[in-house]
Amino acid sequence: MSDDYLTDALRNPRGRDGRAPDVFRRGGWVPMREYPDDELVDFVIVGTGAGGGPLACRLAEAGFSVVAFDAGAWWRPLEEFASDEAHQEKLFWTGERLCDGDNPLKLGTNNSGRAVGGSTVHFAMVSLRFRPEWFKSRTLLGYGLDWPLDWQDMWRYYTEVEQALKISGPVRYPWGPKRPRYPYRQHEVNAPGLALARACEAMGIAWAPTPLATVSAPREHSPPCVYRGFCVTGCATNAKQSGLITWIPWAVKAGAEIRDLAMVGRIETGEDGLASGVHYHREGEWRFQRARNVVVAGYAIETPRLLLNSANSRYPDGLANSSGLVGKNLMVHTNQAVWGTLEEEVRWYKGPPSLSLSEHWNYEDSGKDFFGGYAFMSQGPLPAAWAGAQTGNHGLWGQALVDEMQKYNHQVGLKIVGETLPQERNCVTLADERDEFGLPVARVTWSECDNDRRLVNHAVDFMRRGLEGIDARDIWAEADGTAHLMGTARMGSDPATSVVNADCRSWDIPNLWICDGSVFPTSGGVNPSETIQAIALRTANRIRELARRGEL
Amino acid sequence: MKLIYPGYDVLSKRHSQSWDEPTRQVIDARLAIGGAPRFLNEAQWQTLDAVCQRILPQPIDRPPVPLAALVDNKLLNDRGDGYRDARLPPLRQAWQLGLTALDAEAQALDGRGFTGLTAAQQDALLSAMQRNELKHSVWKSMPCVVFFSHRLIHDITSAYYAHPTAWSEIGFGGPANPRGYVRMGPDSRDPWEPMAAKPGAQRKAEKRNRHVG
Repeated sequence: MSDDYLTDALRNPRGRDGRAPDVFRRGGWVPMREYPDDELVDFVIVGTGAGGGPLACRLAEAGFSVVAFDAGAWWRPLEEFASDEAHQEKLFWTGERLCDGDNPLKLGTNNSGRAVGGSTVHFAMVSLRFRPEWFKSRTLLGYGLDWPLDWQDMWRYYTEVEQALKISGPVRYPWGPKRPRYPYRQHEVNAPGLALARACEAMGIAWAPTPLATVSAPREHSPPCVYRGFCVTGCATNAKQSGLITWIPWAVKAGAEIRDLAMVGRIETGEDGLASGVHYHREGEWRFQRARNVVVAGYAIETPRLLLNSANSRYPDGLANSSGLVGKNLMVHTNQAVWGTLEEEVRWYKGPPSLSLSEHWNYEDSGKDFFGGYAFMSQGPLPAAWAGAQTGNHGLWGQALVDEMQKYNHQVGLKIVGETLPQERNCVTLADERDEFGLPVARVTWSECDNDRRLVNHAVDFMRRGLEGIDARDIWAEADGTAHLMGTARMGSDPATSVVNADCRSWDIPNLWICDGSVFPTSGGVNPSETIQAIALRTANRIRELARRGEL
Repeated sequence: MKLIYPGYDVLSKRHSQSWDEPTRQVIDARLAIGGAPRFLNEAQWQTLDAVCQRILPQPIDRPPVPLAALVDNKLLNDRGDGYRDARLPPLRQAWQLGLTALDAEAQALDGRGFTGLTAAQQDALLSAMQRNELKHSVWKSMPCVVFFSHRLIHDITSAYYAHPTAWSEIGFGGPANPRGYVRMGPDSRDPWEPMAAKPGAQRKAEKRNRHVG
């Protein structure tokens, strides 16, 4: 048998002919409602990841007609996901993007998915809440800017996400206001996770088992996690509660149509200045879907790319861009790590990569010479990812690399998710180069600022002392990592300084919405997926409320 | 080279509860790659092969991982990483330019190509590339250090550590579906994971490692 069938989903769209792939059964199908292009559907959603997935689900459940587009494939994990880093790159956005600035970003693996379910198909499942004060960081902490959202409101949506995804987490979470008990018990902490625990105890700070979106006990179609450790290359058992096996099947069941391998290239606006639908490329041709509302949920690069590329005579600077802020204030998380070798065998490839963490420096404000916070987590990179760390700023090759890699089973590491500040110079713009669809590719510009650097220095120094505290040897710091993408279409209270309002509705075009990580005004020091999903659930509720009042 | 996991071959688990059908297909396809170049020309291929031997020296007592062929295969498929440092041309052009430039640097050094240099000379040239000291006009606008870090070392090492031979070498448990792993704590090994040879206990580890399946 050839391995071609493992990439069939990249070539042949599956959401068609009234059916969708059943992600829980080999070769299975489930019925799916379909809408013709010329039907004026209530909502077109562009992107089916952490923003578009939950939104499509909830809007369909509320009775709206919904068509969601994704540029990527619709996989059946049980029969199409291999336990292999290289092969599973099929889950990443591997189309060309140009990166520049003082610190050109590396994209793909840890920040850009291209599949139905988006990056949640290969995310590390870390499911954290923002610190409440971050929603008012300007007022309460003196940096960044305030979100137009109330933390207690968000707290309710976080709970809803955690319940929906059956997050497995600890009984007591050491930081922040009281939160409800996680629906599933915490996972067993593996050797690298226990090393983090010992390092934290040596430093006198709290740690916790990481709340994770992979089930620790059976759930309907999901078996408990078997700790195979290939989480960030896609879960082949369906233990991971990705959008692909949660929001998307629920959306289809509720009557939404999902179009895979459908690249949206441009949003059309009508005589009235409102969005009228989207031009999309599928099965070799450009087509047009009419819609009453368009939601852009392509994440912090594709969302501004689409808005900018939709410029027309009425909106020469792109859609929703009267503030000039579309594409601006791109944020990442710094992702620096400190690595060392232990006497004991660690075998960090077993289990989810980050089974324990500390949010100490997210909640402690004294003793810092920088604004913002960071979490740090235990690590378990697979061989090629680990070699990638060694060949980065560590600069190893030749026999030195071979020798270092031999210590694989004794390595431990602590890695941060570090807040970066919004800066206008960090941006997504359109390059001259074109992609396979003839669309201009994104140019992604990112440079760290002094505050970002001070945060990283603090973190590296602290984590280094943590590893010293557990007698790790050969300690070194990885200097150039980043993860996650945020900003580029920020929400706010003032149309002059933001792109969308608290409901993710664009100020300029009332039937154009943006619902993904792009709307973050600040980045916080935690992985963004749970916040994106919480915002999506809130947006769905607000849309339902606005519709009820006739204000849609 | 002294083996830390003597007798361990991750491929012996191919028919065990640790490998599923998709994984078998993917690894079979990877192991079938080898032989003559299908994308690079002969001169580029020779240079690449020599570079691979310096970036990842391999022991002579086992079949080598065909690194040049794996990199050539990546170029043939023209599969990018999802980003490109703006100072680099696209994947294929970057490699063609980089290999040609490296050869030109070697020519400028002593009139022979990169393959004609001694191992020490080759290492010196690669180190100079890593320090961004190579400025031959053939590089055009591509800084040699950007090619070195984003393409040369990245593509070669990721090809190597995607190969079962490398997994066996470093004691990686390898694919683990559907069985996964059970023993999660420090110094705890599932019977289907390799055992490291403790001093004086080489034979014991070797015996265990013959039966990891």
